[in-house]
Amino acid sequence: MSTSPSKDTSSNPQAAVNIPRHLLGMEHLSKEQILHHLDTARTFVEVSRRPVRKVPALKGKTVINLFCEPSTRTRTSFELAGKRLSADVVNISQAASSLTKGESLLDTCKTLEALHPDVVVLRHPASGAADFVASQVRFSVVNAGDGMHEHPTQALLDAFTIRERLGTLKGLKVAICGDILHSRVARSNAWLLRTMGSEVCFAGPRPLLPPHPIWPDVPMYDRLEPALEGADVVMVLRIQRERLKSASLSSLEEYARLFGLGPRQLLFAKPGALIMHPGPINRGVEIDPRVADGPQSVILDQVEAGLATRMATLYLLAGNHES
Amino acid sequence: MIDPARSVDRVQDLWIEHGRILGAPQQGQVPESAEIMDLTGHWITPGFIDLHTHLREPGQEYKEDIASGLRAAAAGGFTTICTMANTRPVNDNKSITLAMKERAREVGGTRMIPFGAITRGLRGEELADMGELREAGVPAISDDGRCVTDSALMLRALEYASNFDMLVIQHCEDHCLTQGAQMHDGPTAHRLGLRGWPREAEDIIVARDIILAGRTRSRYHVAHISSKGSLPWIKEAKDRGLRVTAEVTPHHLALTDAAVVGYNTFCKVNPPLREEQDRAALVQALQDGTIDCIATDHAPHSSMEKECEFEQASVGINGLETALGTLLALVRNGELSATRLVEALTTSAARCLPDLPAPSLADGAPADLTVIAPDLEWSPTKNTLRSRSHNTPWLDQRLRGVVTRTMVGGNWAHIRPDHD
Repeated sequence: MSTSPSKDTSSNPQAAVNIPRHLLGMEHLSKEQILHHLDTARTFVEVSRRPVRKVPALKGKTVINLFCEPSTRTRTSFELAGKRLSADVVNISQAASSLTKGESLLDTCKTLEALHPDVVVLRHPASGAADFVASQVRFSVVNAGDGMHEHPTQALLDAFTIRERLGTLKGLKVAICGDILHSRVARSNAWLLRTMGSEVCFAGPRPLLPPHPIWPDVPMYDRLEPALEGADVVMVLRIQRERLKSASLSSLEEYARLFGLGPRQLLFAKPGALIMHPGPINRGVEIDPRVADGPQSVILDQVEAGLATRMATLYLLAGNHES
Repeated sequence: MIDPARSVDRVQDLWIEHGRILGAPQQGQVPESAEIMDLTGHWITPGFIDLHTHLREPGQEYKEDIASGLRAAAAGGFTTICTMANTRPVNDNKSITLAMKERAREVGGTRMIPFGAITRGLRGEELADMGELREAGVPAISDDGRCVTDSALMLRALEYASNFDMLVIQHCEDHCLTQGAQMHDGPTAHRLGLRGWPREAEDIIVARDIILAGRTRSRYHVAHISSKGSLPWIKEAKDRGLRVTAEVTPHHLALTDAAVVGYNTFCKVNPPLREEQDRAALVQALQDGTIDCIATDHAPHSSMEKECEFEQASVGINGLETALGTLLALVRNGELSATRLVEALTTSAARCLPDLPAPSLADGAPADLTVIAPDLEWSPTKNTLRSRSHNTPWLDQRLRGVVTRTMVGGNWAHIRPDHD
């Protein structure tokens, strides 16, 4: 990952950027707040490349990862982010939690509150779960994905990756392809990219597109080619077999043939366009291995950016408690 | 005095004796023992009738019971309310009906008419014993909360109900189209990441049922209509002379899906709050008579059923006590006339039901009446609502217009505390 200076105006560290108490979604973040987040993340990239990958920034702070939905990469990323900042990190997964014993999410969070955490990172299958918890507790809440609503740290790490590679987000054409209907990644990215002045479009089979445009300025295409036309960035979303089934779509094979991103479709994008995927990828389904592993792919950059971005998130929110 | 049955809207004295409304006595004939009340500036209307409530007794008394529900009804100006059959156990037989009626008699105040189930246990499989329910005094049946989606079963229900001149009330929802649905299927739902409940799920059932009712010539009533797409079907059925009627709730007339933003579980309701174009079309259809009446779909839920993730929250809005206050806003902004509002809460509601006499303030009518302070500002609060639950979007909001007194059969069933 390059760390060349960005052409976007960096946030002025002297100017007071209002840091919200929670990170619930990209809908509510301003351009300045996003830039501040990305600039903070840049300072943390280097930490993970040292021989001793730890700084004392959050010593004495407590971060709880409450994951009520299966997740390996996001949970690992948050766990390492907390540990590299020297926070005490506790992981609670659904299988181990009282939620499976019939305890309500509210009761679980009230119980956690009594343990005085600084930040709770919540992954939950219900849209709005993070908003709900944030309205009921004193600790800071980071939304690590709520149903089909938002996944703000994914959008931040994607923005970080793009900005490091292309220097800016402004004026870029970004095509987001796949199961838009069920995707919190698509929604968070669209909020962030629109705020930052990118041009966003969606592409996918009609049953997996929202029946109504979510944003009038985000066109939707039922084929990849018009979406890819002139794109600077192509984001490919993971397609889940059970989603295909619920949308009554025929088969993964047909999906791969008509809506998968292969070398031929890629020719429609700008030469050198970035290829992104939030992972985990289904090789040969939504993305051809030749594209996923090709020179334009920044999929592994995204993973590294995720760590730096989540360090920034925890740092900004846990630090915020002192004021 | 507003009395839609006689097209009366004028300032007038009203005399009541032995539970009945009397003609004005001659000068000097007022008995000394008479109680005289000065209600200058108030409206007096026939008592409101609500065709759609859930009082939760038997089975879920932690949400509401017949006593608290009837007190809430009286506080909202309702002198007669009808209860849906989704109690536990379901009101699909005479013994439940009679137990409910007995309890309502003990409580007194607002009159209660229990509605029965269309299918046994609301399971949508076999018809309930409608004849037995009718003998127990049940004038209408509904599987409310669930739709009778099986066309053959619905046809049988309409046929058999017409055998006893019973009204069939349908909760119009094609469940195949609403799997996991949380709110209206529009841009707001897709922004919030909530599964949508499309208009078409209602429209399809309304259209199908009207086709079936055309064959059987039965009485058929659409519960809590929410979609603008359902309206042309109802209008067409009425034009053909079918006995098809429809109700709309105060919340569908007053709110849109924008109220859900922020995952406000108090605005989670089935059918869902829709878009402004639907809301405006519903008000217009109520004004022009395509929609017959207003019913609250009073659906109390405890705080634990609403203070949770949106997807976990129960559906329903607590409606009896806020109905008038929210509806008067439509009168003030010119969308609805005051006489049509009163009619939709009284005579038009009665006309949907077999054998319910039209309420009236005419001489000799039973003294069921509602006194309204149309401009009094107030707030529904947890402490002042009579209902056992407080799940209303208007909790702690300012409302203008309130019922100050409700009379049932010549006795005060409700007097607002500051109006003694």
